[in-house]
Amino acid sequence: MNCIACISYILVGVMILSAILAVEWRDLLAATVGMAAVSLFASILFFMLQAPDVAMTEAAIGAALSGAVFIFAIKRTQRFESEEEERPGWWVRW
Amino acid sequence: MVSILKRGLAIIILLVIGYWLAQGLSGVPFGQDKMLVGQYYLNHVKQQTGAVNAVTAVVVNYRGFDTLGEVTVLFIASTGVGALLWGKNRKRTARTEGSVVLTTGTRLLVPFVILFGAYIFIHGHLTPGGGFPGGATIATAFLLLYMAFTMYEIPYKAFEKTEGIVGMGYVVVGLIGLAIGGYFLFDWIWQTWGWGHNNIGRLFSGGFIPVIYTIIGIKVGTELSGIIDNMLKEEVKE
Repeated sequence: MNCIACISYILVGVMILSAILAVEWRDLLAATVGMAAVSLFASILFFMLQAPDVAMTEAAIGAALSGAVFIFAIKRTQRFESEEEERPGWWVRW
Repeated sequence: MVSILKRGLAIIILLVIGYWLAQGLSGVPFGQDKMLVGQYYLNHVKQQTGAVNAVTAVVVNYRGFDTLGEVTVLFIASTGVGALLWGKNRKRTARTEGSVVLTTGTRLLVPFVILFGAYIFIHGHLTPGGGFPGGATIATAFLLLYMAFTMYEIPYKAFEKTEGIVGMGYVVVGLIGLAIGGYFLFDWIWQTWGWGHNNIGRLFSGGFIPVIYTIIGIKVGTELSGIIDNMLKEEVKE
């Protein structure tokens, strides 16, 4: 049993799970953490696929800086998604 | 009724497009080397550029003009953030001090984080990494300082001047190449002066790759710190 492969399967599974959670969570701060987790696991995967260049960039920009920028934006707007759906434009409604 | 029809139509269209893409991609054998140019780079990278790390050789040397465009895109993004959040009397408004763990950890870690970022971009031609990851690492050090101390501010006037000078430096290196070798971003240090030919694999080799990656690293670091600074400050009314 080759266990490097199992580790990467687990990582992909956790990535998909945190991506779904980042979309579904109504608390935007938690959703930002989910998004940063996707980047973090992606960077581990890049490292395992022997692309350390991309892994470093992904860890620095995806996990740290873009998460920080999202948190600053949440601080200036509001933390929770509003419940009432906005009426979409004609291109969605037909 | 309409919505069911709409969804059905959307699903059918997606299936058709997906089938079409899968059909097209099934002819490409996965993981096989079909690109001749990649093999050419791998075979000639040491004689032509002096870099051990083929990725940075491609990014800075063979595709240097694209990297100049990338740096320009980042510059425009940071200018856009600055223009959107422009205000007269902008100050930091954070009230809660960072915890003891955060402040002590920041005091200890910031020099090492900056040192590691500098290491990444100075050794871009030898080890993985380069200007963009190195600069982003340096920017995370400033982000730590911003989070830990409520009154901290980067010296943004000096940062803006450094960014401008360093950005011009990239173009100047390219123009020197144009004057010496006949085309923009010609590697004059390696090909004309021949510095470091018997030094491949050590720090002083790789032609202008370390020079340009130092330029890019400083530029990306100052730019991303400027974006953090712009996003954290708010307009204060007296």
